[in-house]
Amino acid sequence: MTTTTARMSTEPASPPPLDGSGFLRWCWRQLTSMRIALILLFLLALASIPGSVLPQRGLDPIRVTDWMEGNPTWGPILDRLGFFDVFSAPWFAAVYLLLCVSVIGCVLPRSKLHWKALRSSPPAAPRRLDRMAAHRTWQSSATADDVLDAAAASLRKRRWRVARGDGWVAAEKGYWRETGNLVFHAALIVLIVGVAYGALFGWRGNVIVREGTGFSDTLTQYDAWGGGRLVDPADLPPFAFTLEDFRVEFDRSEAQFGSPQLFEADLTVWPAPGEPSESVLVRVNEPLSLDGAKVFLVGHGYAPILELRDGLGRLVHDEGVIFLPQDGNMTSTGVLKAPDATPSLGIQGLFLATAALDDVRGPHSSFPAPDDPAVFLSAWAGDLGLDDGVPQSIYRLDTEGMTQLGLRALRPGESWEIPGGNGTVDFVGLERWASFQIAHDPGKEPALIASILALSGLMLSLFVRRRRIWVRAAPDGSGDTVVSVAGLMRSDDGDLTSDVEAVAVAVAESTGAKSQGRSTET
Amino acid sequence: MTNASLAEWSNLAVYASMMILIGALVAFAISFAAKGQRVLTPALVTVGGAAPADTGAGSVDRSEVLSGRRAGNVAMSLTWLATGVLFVGLVLRGLWAGRVPWGNMYEFSLASSVAILGVFLVVSTRRDVRWLGLPVVVITLLSLGLAVTVLYTEAAQLVPALKSYWLVIHVAAAVVCGGAFAVAASISGLYLWRERAEEKGRVTGLVSSLPTASRLDTLAYRILAFAFPLWTFAVISGAIWAEAAWGRYWGWDPKETWAFITWVIYAGYLHARATAGWRGRRAAYISLLGFASFLINYFGVNLFVNSLHSYAGM
Repeated sequence: MTTTTARMSTEPASPPPLDGSGFLRWCWRQLTSMRIALILLFLLALASIPGSVLPQRGLDPIRVTDWMEGNPTWGPILDRLGFFDVFSAPWFAAVYLLLCVSVIGCVLPRSKLHWKALRSSPPAAPRRLDRMAAHRTWQSSATADDVLDAAAASLRKRRWRVARGDGWVAAEKGYWRETGNLVFHAALIVLIVGVAYGALFGWRGNVIVREGTGFSDTLTQYDAWGGGRLVDPADLPPFAFTLEDFRVEFDRSEAQFGSPQLFEADLTVWPAPGEPSESVLVRVNEPLSLDGAKVFLVGHGYAPILELRDGLGRLVHDEGVIFLPQDGNMTSTGVLKAPDATPSLGIQGLFLATAALDDVRGPHSSFPAPDDPAVFLSAWAGDLGLDDGVPQSIYRLDTEGMTQLGLRALRPGESWEIPGGNGTVDFVGLERWASFQIAHDPGKEPALIASILALSGLMLSLFVRRRRIWVRAAPDGSGDTVVSVAGLMRSDDGDLTSDVEAVAVAVAESTGAKSQGRSTET
Repeated sequence: MTNASLAEWSNLAVYASMMILIGALVAFAISFAAKGQRVLTPALVTVGGAAPADTGAGSVDRSEVLSGRRAGNVAMSLTWLATGVLFVGLVLRGLWAGRVPWGNMYEFSLASSVAILGVFLVVSTRRDVRWLGLPVVVITLLSLGLAVTVLYTEAAQLVPALKSYWLVIHVAAAVVCGGAFAVAASISGLYLWRERAEEKGRVTGLVSSLPTASRLDTLAYRILAFAFPLWTFAVISGAIWAEAAWGRYWGWDPKETWAFITWVIYAGYLHARATAGWRGRRAAYISLLGFASFLINYFGVNLFVNSLHSYAGM
């Protein structure tokens, strides 16, 4: 990349001048130098490493909490420094923003130079062509003008840019190399802008839906929702769907015992209020695309149907209770809260898809399909803490201030009278649930287009070879013409012999003149 | 063929190819050592006199050169054979599993080994790279050795997240990149050795079997100039797949993070070659660093980190 080294300052750093504008210009030159760009690149790589080694809030907040608890000294320090949110930390942003500035500061002046180069003719042939790496000299019986005309015509035909002067022809090819290089760097900036646009105007939410129940796209229906700064949650697209059926299959072969083979959800979807519904099959890798959002199937689990009657015999709950899987075999935990029961009841449960018991792990599930389902329930009475105004998880029971009433394992169809006449629980049956990620990212199409442009530009900049060819022809005084052809590779070191050879052959053919001499390649 | 026999034949092919590679390793070593000898010979001959063919030392060296060349040819033939046999093993593995044979770490290692040998053989059709055979075969044998001992699993169905045509495209691109990165790193390592010797002005013995440092540098660059756009494509196709499977195209999952780090390091390599003070030795170190990052992404993230990409099958 001759042009690169020419443009980017590679001279050793001189001390900065101390007057204001001189200092600023010095800073700018440093920032846009290739050396600093390289250092920033390596800083970027280095800064990403903690993001893959330490747990990250955006990916797994629970593991962050665990890590902090296990490292009471370093946890808070690292947290303050942003090491658990590396990719939104100010120091990470500083590196890539400086890199952006560096790229822009490099691309703009080079675009101007390249624009000029595109509109100008190749430079005149140097006097001595035999100094070039690839060159060839011979004697021809044709006149100098005929030789030069033939050379220019053959070069033009092979799409070289040709300039003709007094006794010489100059040609250049491979301008796409620099065009590609500039497109690549500009596309990277567009890519970052696209990512930022998506972060500002995009949103993403998660929801768990039981079989037979539905979801409509409003903020309150989400279990978790996060949106960019410029998103108004009131403007969510008004679609709705019902989970009709969820199918899952597990591998029973010895090699991959228990690993999932199939997840499929049948949905009935209402794209907008008043529009006719349609049936849609959603799978992993095959999301549902709606106007303004995409619905992805991301998880599944079991919801044991528990019928709860309180001490007065009133039915206070008769639905599936969502249990969250804790391992690959669907050992799951869940909670049923009945604040309106008399007394107020809370039930903690452990669900096992295929019940197993051993001394080490206690009750656990040994296979993810419901071959032998069971629930282990623990009933508590007392204040559920729902009126304190403190938000709490529906999947966790705060047993402080409650008294435990009893423990019991149930299989489907079995019933348990909670000790002390506090009610009964019936394990009626089993439902499945599926969890969906619903996302809108308006930046992803710009990002994709920018990526494709970047890749195309990159390939041009690496595979196109920028090169020059010169031809000189002059009478030798004895009636013949001395012809010299030479080539210069302007990008990386490569062999131009074939290009030089091609010109020689073309000239010989079209002038019909005999030629002698040999091409050399050092 | 039944499934069981497909499995047996696939495993047999892998072991057979390893055996052939050990043969190639020995032959490459002999060829390398003999070639180093050859460069010493003219010096001896010049000192000895004007009629080199008649001196005893000269004729011994000449026969040694000939045997070295023969060993080099044998090594190349064995490498072609081993690659063919390994490729058959990979195809049989795919037939056994009923899908592309890169669905878990064992299969990825097999496929990468084919890619390393493949990149080496493609380069060998254009120029004489017998001096490169030794490190390439050593890396391949390490990869295969790990595959059959530590990473081996029976062929199994894919988990739903992997059932996508992107598995074919995205992972194939990563496999070929792995091969190219490994070969480029081998050349960069040899570059550092050769460049040191040239700097000290003592290019004698084994190191004289290598091409000049500037040729090594160019060859490593050529390979990485091919691999870098392919790696870019692998990352982009991974992002497209992630968008379809997980609902976001980039989430800084550890695998994505290390793919990004690898990309940035190789981008640094390409820039370094155009920057004064960074050409040559530093660029070679960056190439080694890039391959290390690729290895961390493969072994480290799959085995030790909790990642969405943990499909080791172990």
